[in-house]
This record gives sequence, structure tokens and C-alpha cells, in this order.
Amino acid sequence: MRVIVCIKRVVDTETRVKIGSDGKSIDLGGVQYITAPYDEMAVEKAIQLRDAAGEGNVTVVTVGPAAATKELRTALAMGADEAVHVVCEEPLGAQATTTALKAALEGREYDLVLCGKQATDDDDAAVGPMLAAALDMPCVAFAHGLAIEDGKAVVEREVDGETEILEVDLPAVVTAQKGLAEPRYPGLKGIMAAKKKPLANVDLVQGEDTVETVSLELPPARGDMVTIEPSEAGMRSLLESLRNEKKVL
Amino acid sequence: MADVLIYLETAHGADGAVLKKPAAEVATAGRALADALGGRLVALLTGDVPPSGVLGRHGVDHVLTVSGDDYGRHLLAPQAAAVQAAVAQVEPRVVLMAASVLGKELGAFVAGRLGWALMSDVTAIAVDGERVTTVKPRYAGKALAHLAATGSAVISLRPNAIPPAENPREPAAESLSVDSSDSRVRVREVVAAAEKKLELTEAETIVSGGRGIGSPENWNIVLDLATAMGAANGASRAVVDSGWRPHAEQVGQTGKTVSPKLYIACGISGAIQHLAGMSSSKVIVAINKDAEAPIFKVADYGIVGDVNEVLPMLTAAAKEFLG
Ligand SMILES: Cc1cc2nc3c(=O)[nH]c(=O)nc-3n(C[C@H](O)[C@H](O)[C@H](O)COP(=O)(O)OP(=O)(O)OC[C@H]3O[C@@H](n4cnc5c(N)ncnc54)[C@H](O)[C@@H]3O)c2cc1C
Ligand SMILES: Nc1ncnc2c1ncn2[C@@H]1O[C@H](COP(=O)(O)O)[C@@H](O)[C@H]1O
Repeated sequence: MRVIVCIKRVVDTETRVKIGSDGKSIDLGGVQYITAPYDEMAVEKAIQLRDAAGEGNVTVVTVGPAAATKELRTALAMGADEAVHVVCEEPLGAQATTTALKAALEGREYDLVLCGKQATDDDDAAVGPMLAAALDMPCVAFAHGLAIEDGKAVVEREVDGETEILEVDLPAVVTAQKGLAEPRYPGLKGIMAAKKKPLANVDLVQGEDTVETVSLELPPARGDMVTIEPSEAGMRSLLESLRNEKKVL
Repeated sequence: MADVLIYLETAHGADGAVLKKPAAEVATAGRALADALGGRLVALLTGDVPPSGVLGRHGVDHVLTVSGDDYGRHLLAPQAAAVQAAVAQVEPRVVLMAASVLGKELGAFVAGRLGWALMSDVTAIAVDGERVTTVKPRYAGKALAHLAATGSAVISLRPNAIPPAENPREPAAESLSVDSSDSRVRVREVVAAAEKKLELTEAETIVSGGRGIGSPENWNIVLDLATAMGAANGASRAVVDSGWRPHAEQVGQTGKTVSPKLYIACGISGAIQHLAGMSSSKVIVAINKDAEAPIFKVADYGIVGDVNEVLPMLTAAAKEFLG
């Protein structure tokens, strides 16, 4: 199994968002970074698939700033074999990211591309399916199960409470939903081994983004909380105000 | 003048095909957009199609239908081929669909195929001069981005973001033939849910439980309230990771992002990753025995108390009030 995993360096999920001075992005002062959580699940799954097959390799690819070497090394420490870093300091939209990833994969041989279902900064859930369209590959997004059987991917995903089990010809693009795999913590041995694994820097192939972020703002603040007594009368007054004032019942 | 093409998802109801709940919202948003652009609203439906009266209710001018063996279940390749065929015929400025599991996948794939702008999971759509603009939550709703696309765009609309409005018309239906020969993904099996469940991301009311519920055996106090409220059931990650509830019920940064009209959080502390998934709910009710729990910072109504006492009391009151 030769698996490509697309990972993105994103701000930590604990980050308290402040709007930056350009009014279009967040203030990155003091911000911590992580690998997007679903991308970590994808890395873990790729390692498991390679190990189950007993052969193959896992290549992690990112389009991101020089500092994203850290996230690539973490994936190598988890057990990926090789990393490709498309160095780009400016954040890109889904279209330009897809162009950059496609160019980075050119000339490589692989059976499967794994992405996270969405990067937890822009929350687009776009790059996986867009990349599949660009590569002319079949795609299943939001997978919570994935196995390889007889050279085909068997993918599970939930739609409206039903679980679809799909058989997919390879190569294909699959995006990771919660449940696909529980990422391991890289051990000391893995961290040491990662230092010797190949990490290639490649130039960005710049594509076009036709969506412009005009501005970014904080969501409107919520009003003061109304305290409800834990009593029968309290419950009735809660339901009445949900219906009459808030009109949500 | 530019038309708007909407892709509507259907489901199998008791008496044949019905529109899924977000379809009315997509049609309403599409109608407003078509009016702003001075064009027609054209709806694309695949597989079994509901009666045209249902389709015209929310302002659809024209209906394109696609039928055939490939359209019994939603598979990406044939659905994308249908959208592309409809785009070739209608030449719309915008293709709009629900930001459901299927819609997000389809929208991104089609945008990739067409080389169009994609604005995904938006909560508002408008026209500003030459540009189509949207509002899109980023950082799990901790910030709202205002986006603009000058050219053609694919847009997916977050469920519950726009209230459906009636605007009855009598659309003519026309069938569209599509060549969808891509069979690289095949359905092997569909495992139906044990019981018919409301889809979390589309539900108007959600009752969620956290570790404060105490044990999986005690979860019935959450389910009873959900049933009494006609609500879907959600959970915190702590509960999912402990194996009390399935992954599909997790709300939050690594679970589902939900924006119901009413979210009732029971025994949930309100960690930032949980808030990430539900803080855009219209109204939030929190029940927690700890008055200092962070969930109360985002709640509109707070009940400081033990879930074992408060939930049965609220369930009884809801049965009486709503029943
Ligand atoms: C990368 C990352 C991603 C994450 N993603 C998610 C996510 O998607 N969703 C998510 O939910 N979490 C997520 N988390 C975990 C999150 O940080 C919290 O650990 C989790 O939300 C806590 O769940 P909880 O509120 O149920 O449990 P706890 O934090 O243990 O809170 C239990 C609450 O119940 C109250 N309580 C206890 N007994 C009672 C009682 N009898 N009556 C009333 N109240 C009672 C307590 O006062 C407490 O506030 C993530 C964490 C990380 C690091
Ligand atoms: N800059 C990037 N570099 C590598 N992979 C990315 C990048 N951006 C997005 N992806 C992949 O695409 C998925 C979806 O991202 P998004 O469309 O931004 O929500 C992510 O989970 C990653 O797997």
C-alpha cells in the first residue's frame, strides 16, 4: 500500500480567536499550532493500512510555512516514511491548495490519497473532493471506516443515520471522519527515527483562488444568561419563554 | 441576468419521494439569490422526484430531473455528472446545495471539475454589485468570514441557517439525460440505523449529554428528554471516547458542527472544543451542577442542578407543554 496523506498545520483548537490588524485574518500572536485533528487520524490510518499490507509506504505532504516542518516530523515520528513540504508562507484557499498538492504529487506512484474531512481553521471540507476532481480519481468523503480487500478500498460512511459500505477502485481519495483511527502518540524511538527520514522541500506551483476573504469578524456576543430554578415551576417558565420569547419551540 | 441552479436532496418517505429538510432552505436562499441576480431558479433532482407542487412551494421556476439506475442512491460520480450536465444546459451563475455530508462532498468535487469558486458551509448569501458574497463560519464558528466571488461559484448552505419561506409557483419539469459511466465507486451494502434517527446537523432541537450523565445505563434520562422535545441526541467527546455513545453523535471540533434552533447541554462542562461545535446554536440551555462550569458562559438559560433531578422534571414538563 502506497499512501499519500495530506496534512495541514492549523492553529490549536484551544486558540482564543482575535481578529488581526488587517481585519481579514486572525491575530497569530502567541498562537500554538497543531496538525489538524482529522489529518492526524488520516496519518494513523495510513500507517495501519501499510502495516496490514506488510509492504508499501506512507508519504505525508503539506502546503504550508517553513515552520510546518514540525508537523511533518511528527507524522514521520508516528511512522510515516517520507515527507514532502511545499513551502508557502501565505495561507491558500481550497483551489490554490488543490493546485499545489496536485503538482506535488505529479510523477509519484500511489494507491490511495487520504485527507482529513476538514481543516479546523477554514472548515471548508473541500480539498479532498477537489483534489479527487483534479486527479480524476473516485472520492469518498467523511469515511469512518476503511479497509483494503482484493486491491480495492472498502469504505464506510454515515449518511442520515445509515451506514453506507462502498467498494472503491484504487487509486482513490478518501477523507477521514472521526472514528477512522485513533492517532498514536509518537514514542521516543519514533521521534529519533524521524530525524533520519527523508523530508523534501519543493517549490510551490501557484494556482488561482477565485474566492476573496473580504473581512473577518467575531460572532455577535450572546446576551446575559437567565437563571432557571431547578423546580417544576422553573421548567414551565423555561418552556414558556423558549416558545413565546425565543420562538424556538 | 443570471440563473441559479439548486441541487436538492430527496429521501424516501412513506408515500414516495420527499424533499429532505434542508431542501426548502436551499430553495428559499436560491429564490432570493435568483431575484437579486434577475434570473430564474432552476432545481435539479435526481432519482425519485417528489410531486411538482412540493417543488414549486419555495419559489422554483423550473425543474430538471435525472433518472436511471445510477440514481437510486447518492453516489458522487453520477450526481456530479448530473450537476455538470445541468450546468451546461442552464449556464447558471451559482450552483447551490445544502452543506450536508453529501452536499459538501458534491459541492467541492463539482467546483473542482468546473474550476469554479467554492464557498462551503455558508450561513448567508447576498449579491453586492458584480459579486456574490457569503458569510462563512471559520475556526469552528469562533470567527465569521465575509467572502466574495466575482465569477461563477458553487455554494453550500449550512442547514438551519435560513428559515424556509413560501413563494409558490408552478414549475415545469423537464428530464435531463446524463452520461454517467463512471462506476469506480459501488454500493456494497447499506446498514440502516437501528431506529430512525434525526440527523444531528439538520435537527432543529438537540439534547446533548456529557460525562455528568454518569454512566451509559443512565443515558435514558437524555433520550427521554430528546423524545419529549422531538430532538436529536448528541454527546460530548468524553462520552464518545468512553464508548457510552457512537462517534456519529459527537458534537464539537472533532465531531459535528451543529446549529440548531435549540441546544440543551446536560452535564457537559463546555470545553472550548465542545463549544466549537455548538456555539452558533440559536438558543442554548445548560444544565450543570457546577455553577462555574464554562458552558454557562455561552448559555441563554442556565439551570444549576443535578441532571438526575432536572432532566426527568424537564421531560415531564415538556410532555405536558408540547404534548
Ligand atoms: C484536539 C481536541 C479535540 C476535541 N474535540 C472535542 C469534540 O469534538 N467534542 C467534545 O465534546 N470535546 C472535544 N474535546 C474534549 C474536550 O476538551 C473535553 O474534554 C470534553 O468536551 C469534556 O466532556 P464533558 O463535558 O462531557 O466532560 P467533563 O469535562 O468531565 O464535564 C462533565 C460536566 O458534568 C458536570 N456534572 C457532573 N455530574 C453532574 C450531575 N450529576 N448533574 C449535573 N452536572 C454534572 C460537571 O460539573 C462537569 O461540568 C477535544 C479535545 C481536544 C484536545
Ligand atoms: N495546506 C494544506 N496542505 C496539505 N493538505 C491540506 C492543506 N489544506 C487542506 N489540506 C487537506 O485537505 C483537508 C480538507 O481541508 P479543507 O478543505 O481546508 O477543510 C485537510 O484535512 C487536509 O487533509
